[in-house]
Amino acid sequence: MDLYEYQARDLFEAHSVPVLKGAVASTPDEAAKAAADIGGRVVVKAQVKVGGRGKAGGVKLAENADDAREKASAILGMDIKGHTVHKVMIAQAAPIAAEYYLAILLDRAHRSFLVMASVSGGMDIEQVAHETPEKLARVNFDAYQGLSEGKALEIVRAGAFPADIEAEVARVLMLLWKVFKEEDATLVEVNPLVKTDDGSIIALDGKVTLDDNASFRHPSHESLVDTAAADPLEAAAKEKDLNYVKLDGEVGIIGNGAGLVMSTLDVVAYAGEKFGGVRPANFLDIGGGASAQVMADGLSIILGDPAVKSVFVNVFGGITACDAVANGIVQALAMLGDKATKPIVVRLDGNNVKEGRRILDEAAHPLVQQAETMDGAASRAAELAAK
Amino acid sequence: MAIFLDGSSKVIVQGMTGSEGSKHTSRMLASGTNVVGGVTPGKGGQNVEIGGKSLPVFNTVKEAIAVTGANVSVVFVPPKFAKAAAIDAIDAEIPLMVVITEGIPVHDTAEFFAYAQSKKSADGKGAKTRIIGPNCPGLISPGLSNVGIIPADITGKGKIGLVSKSGTLTYQMMYELRDFGFTTAVGIGGDPVIGTTHIDCLKAFQDDPETEAIVMIGEIGGDAEERAAAFIKEYVTKPVVGYVAGFTAPEGKTMGHAGAIVSGSSGTAEAKKVALEAAGVKVGKTPSETANLMRSLLNR
Repeated sequence: MDLYEYQARDLFEAHSVPVLKGAVASTPDEAAKAAADIGGRVVVKAQVKVGGRGKAGGVKLAENADDAREKASAILGMDIKGHTVHKVMIAQAAPIAAEYYLAILLDRAHRSFLVMASVSGGMDIEQVAHETPEKLARVNFDAYQGLSEGKALEIVRAGAFPADIEAEVARVLMLLWKVFKEEDATLVEVNPLVKTDDGSIIALDGKVTLDDNASFRHPSHESLVDTAAADPLEAAAKEKDLNYVKLDGEVGIIGNGAGLVMSTLDVVAYAGEKFGGVRPANFLDIGGGASAQVMADGLSIILGDPAVKSVFVNVFGGITACDAVANGIVQALAMLGDKATKPIVVRLDGNNVKEGRRILDEAAHPLVQQAETMDGAASRAAELAAK
Repeated sequence: MAIFLDGSSKVIVQGMTGSEGSKHTSRMLASGTNVVGGVTPGKGGQNVEIGGKSLPVFNTVKEAIAVTGANVSVVFVPPKFAKAAAIDAIDAEIPLMVVITEGIPVHDTAEFFAYAQSKKSADGKGAKTRIIGPNCPGLISPGLSNVGIIPADITGKGKIGLVSKSGTLTYQMMYELRDFGFTTAVGIGGDPVIGTTHIDCLKAFQDDPETEAIVMIGEIGGDAEERAAAFIKEYVTKPVVGYVAGFTAPEGKTMGHAGAIVSGSSGTAEAKKVALEAAGVKVGKTPSETANLMRSLLNR
């Protein structure tokens, strides 16, 4: 889960990382009140999970509370790269002397943790990495041992920070490590980390990604989920514990196993090229034990998507037997009754496939047709969606 | 020959007394795997009946090895306890640990992976414990041994080696190529951090005299496939056929597997396909086309 900037700021503050005063607002009046509470000049910042908001006009300086109200009303509702701005952060303004970059992240390639540090902060770090790689220090550290104070100082020196602030930057890095470790983050990025005119080191803008797999030990992370911004179908699927991602096509997809479902989306998109460019409407992995209830939940989500014109159920029975899947489909259709209105192409293979196919043949549901192969089924489902 | 797993493999099941553990222990036994016991902390000293066999339960992997001579452990414990189970197996210096569990926090995996690397093997080149997974279906050397949850009856022993991030795509590909059979099929798992990589398997298959050709299945996320492509160019002389899933995956969305995510312009299926093709790997557009590419290579 990616956090908004204001959530990252709150998390930083909770772990004693130096930050400026800030508050979130959803209306111009809330923005004015937050600005009055903070006092003095403030910055009004659009809260969107996408980069480049400054260039898009989503960050504005305000002189006082009234000005903050005006700036917030201009920013709220803006569209930034397809993301509508629903919230702004009101942050204390600070006189900036220098901008740096500091991040801790999971390094998949090295299967360890990585710190990136640079005195070229404030800009797109991918650009720094690409154009002036010598200005970006990249240092891996042992995930089991964790980050030590000695290592942190070594990294800050590798990043060529000025000698008079390296101890303070290393101290902040250790606090960011605490955030990373204690919150089960996979990314904690500060860009920019600033030095103010009075010499303080402050995390001015933060980006944090939390590991969803670790949510069992962080009950408080639940409150960080932005339910308002979620796609309604994705929200409904999540409530039923389904692994669903909404896409923009016409063929609804249900399958078992993440890899096979991703592959199914691709095969449908290829097949769709012959039928006016129809595309998959969603990703839905019903996992190993496809009970009738799970199948019914999955089908009802997919049939509730007005964009869906046909459905492709693609199952390779490994642990799950095909007869159980077939029974699941039959019972699911019985549960849904006349809510099921779209044609459903089913391809079953693997464990107990003969019995599975027999069950579907015998049920002879008018909406269901079977196909022998994955490619053949994809083609049929695409054809039905193009009609 | 096979890789990582053969007829001499003696297997213990961590979490054998749990519902998943006992179900799959029974399936592994039925497919001929030499399961010699289980480990559940606090339940040591008893025997459990699974699949007509009485299996001893131990408190630690170390005790299990001392009594049974086990050289493989397979982990079915829930995510909360997976790190402790892995550390126990690593401390006992088990040569191969296969972690099936899905949903382990990535910090935990990174930690036990790093811990395993700190215990160097005798030759100093690798770790004492090879880790496969987490979030994987395990591996099968048909006719010899089967560790994890891969169905044993899809196909038999043969000449193809298979390495895949995905479970069901592994089954699909084994099914498509069932007339040729496999030396070993390894599901390496779909998490962002995994113990055994495509490269480790490619190297082992290249060095295995019975493996004649290799199927490599990848998916979006990270750059493991790109690095595997570079390795193939440098080291692998056997024919390799590839498949990559996730061309239609949108940016920034996790597609089922925790590691399957396109971030910005990195981790795309297209980039992986291009890298593999540049290394001389034939890449299929669909699983069946990939199987056909392999078929025509082997029938030549």
